Amino acid sequence: MVDIGAAEGIPPAEVEDVELYHAKSWVTKYVFCQDAKVIAIQYSITAISIGLVALVLSWLIRLQLAFPGTFSIVTPSNYYQFVTMHGMIMVIYLLTALFLGGFGNYLIPLMVGARDMVFPYVNMLSYWVYLLAVVVLVASFFAPGGPTGAGWTLYPPQAILEGTPGRQWGIILMLVSLILFIIGFTMGGLNYVVTVLQGRTRGMTMMRLPLTVWGIFTATILALLAFPALFVASVMMLFDRVLGTSFFMPAIVAAGEHLKYGGGSPILFQHLFWFFGHPEVYIVALPAFGIVSDLISVHSRKNIFGYRMMVWALVAIAVLSFIVWGHHMYISGMNPPFGFFFATSTLIIAVPTAIKVYNWVLTLWRGDIHLTVPMLFALGFIVTFVNGGITGLFLGNVIVDVPLSATMFVVAHFHMVMGIAPILVVFGGIYHWYPKITGRMLNERLGQIHFWITFLGAYLIYFPMHYLGFIGVPRRYYELGETAFVPASAATLNVAITAAALIVGAAQTVFFFNVIWSLYKGKLAGGNPWRAASLEWQTPETPPGHGNWGKELPVVYRWAYDYSVPGAGQDFLPQNQPPAIPAR
Amino acid sequence: MNITFLFLAVIAAIVAWWLAQQRLTAKPWLDAGLVGDTGASPLPAAKIGLGVFLAVVGCLFTLLISAYSMRMEMGEWRPAPVPKLLWLNTGMLILSSGALQWAQVAARRGRMDRVRAGLLAGGVFALAFLAGQLVAWRQLDAAGYYLTANPAAAFFYLITGVHGLHILGGQVALGRTMDKAWQGVAVGKVRLSVELCATYWHFVLFVWLVLFALLLLTDPIVADNGWFL
Repeated sequence: MVDIGAAEGIPPAEVEDVELYHAKSWVTKYVFCQDAKVIAIQYSITAISIGLVALVLSWLIRLQLAFPGTFSIVTPSNYYQFVTMHGMIMVIYLLTALFLGGFGNYLIPLMVGARDMVFPYVNMLSYWVYLLAVVVLVASFFAPGGPTGAGWTLYPPQAILEGTPGRQWGIILMLVSLILFIIGFTMGGLNYVVTVLQGRTRGMTMMRLPLTVWGIFTATILALLAFPALFVASVMMLFDRVLGTSFFMPAIVAAGEHLKYGGGSPILFQHLFWFFGHPEVYIVALPAFGIVSDLISVHSRKNIFGYRMMVWALVAIAVLSFIVWGHHMYISGMNPPFGFFFATSTLIIAVPTAIKVYNWVLTLWRGDIHLTVPMLFALGFIVTFVNGGITGLFLGNVIVDVPLSATMFVVAHFHMVMGIAPILVVFGGIYHWYPKITGRMLNERLGQIHFWITFLGAYLIYFPMHYLGFIGVPRRYYELGETAFVPASAATLNVAITAAALIVGAAQTVFFFNVIWSLYKGKLAGGNPWRAASLEWQTPETPPGHGNWGKELPVVYRWAYDYSVPGAGQDFLPQNQPPAIPAR
Repeated sequence: MNITFLFLAVIAAIVAWWLAQQRLTAKPWLDAGLVGDTGASPLPAAKIGLGVFLAVVGCLFTLLISAYSMRMEMGEWRPAPVPKLLWLNTGMLILSSGALQWAQVAARRGRMDRVRAGLLAGGVFALAFLAGQLVAWRQLDAAGYYLTANPAAAFFYLITGVHGLHILGGQVALGRTMDKAWQGVAVGKVRLSVELCATYWHFVLFVWLVLFALLLLTDPIVADNGWFL
């Protein structure tokens, strides 16, 4: 165990002890709580709950595509509303909130050796504003006219014109909800960034941080700089809709009548939206990269290959992600030199991403691979991310994107890269850290069943979609009808995809059963069941108590990846274990 | 988007400067042992937090300015003449910022009476600025440049409105600081709050000066007279 003797002669920690917030009642302990760990759970439960709504919406979408017109609840209007809400919820309210609000809140203070976030009160507000945003979003389902059906990109002018479903209240509530979300996120984001900057314990340099923290940290900086673009776009569109301004609305003749709008630019909205929209991909991907790096290292008992390169790649991806947004707008009538620029920057961003993939693979190489459930999900992520990334290289080129842009190929691409891949990491992360959060292990067998159905099922859903895209099956269509170019077998394929989607969705009950059952009946985990080196596994209590670290903050002596160190007594060295005293 | 890139370049430069101090070329797998300096800043977390927040707010305004200038180039652009009152308002905001600077100096010297006077003056001048902005809005409205008249007018209301909201938000922080200052705590206990308020005020003043310059440069009368090349 830790040799305390070696720590002799070390001056007392310079890290100032913060005045801790103490819960006085049940309400301040579990409801209006300022402890980042509780906030993390609140964020996660809210995000996953709203994510389940989006999952059900995807079933309804799939049922319509497989059996057009069979289900009376999926009218054309409803179909567009379901597509819109499914996309918006999954991207923003589930993935962004879960990675940053959920994983970020739980892991940052523990991994950097802090007692809590630096601004706990603001952190608590962040969650409640987020919850409010979700409530406003859900309210739009019950508003007259239903939620907006403008597509998740909310392109004007159609988003706020007569004829688009949810034009009455849906779009207003959607925009208000986004504005609230961004305000709430900014509050949380300030915490994540400043805690990493200023809350690190003694000895924890930036280059000793686990990559999970690096991933969440860079993603948060991206989000803080990218979300204002969505904020501006939302406020301006809200003005257009409610107050009748014309920021995005050109002069329009509808049904032979001049509308009151005039002089606005719909393209301006696209620029603002995608200036947020592309970094958003990496806001979700970077935390996933970080978490996967840690899972792979721990479960193959090997240090992460190329740690420095991994950090640099994260930073490089973050920087590059701000100059590629135009590749979402190739079909907007873009100036060809711009298209060339954006295609080039898009291909360049593949370089640091590929470096990360190589490093994961090289970490695995000759490692002592344990196929635990978190490891399965991490491996599933690498495969899926490479898959989705390669179709991204296709679509990044203008000449390939133009014919494919409006087809199912794009749906398949971004679900692979931004839907399935991050969700696999979310599951991997939950299986990995659940023992720390609850003190009990999740059931291994149920986890394996969950993994294989989810992983293989996801491929059954999205692989065929690429082919549908190639033969020209359009996305966004309520019903395909009779066409000259789509063979009848496409309909059969759609039925198969829907069957897979229903099964994969239903299989998630295995996961939820596991989470709840293990809470009471799971095998006791102990403090460090994976024998991991990073700091969150070294807490004196499991689950970590209020203030995380007992009386004294830990002191860090090494990086987070000392696995299988030659000559060491055990196959991992915790970050807070002092170096051995040289033999005299 | 040029302005946005310029802003992001500044942020990137700050980040690069910071990263350069984090020994990114260290080989953490080799150097186990105690490290005295973790690279954290000696500044209090609240100041760093404010700095990050101001970067976010700066990004927001930069994007608004970007949208403004992109829209400007698209034709059908009839900007409103800038109300003369804005000069007076600008003066109010400068005074407000100056008063808080004075309070900050006083706080460092331990003069609670001056801190209170500075905070109060800063708050009053800021309110005067906000009131002046509202009057300017009404003047424009009366002159026919109402919100939905054309995109240029809409941008004017939007940008000044967002800026005003940030001052209003600052008033909340200022109010809390004043509350502390009047409760008779030691100067040392309010110094950080006063410093944060002053920094924020200087920032919103700076933003306002940029916005005001932008409005002046795109003012039709000024443009016709060729004040700028």
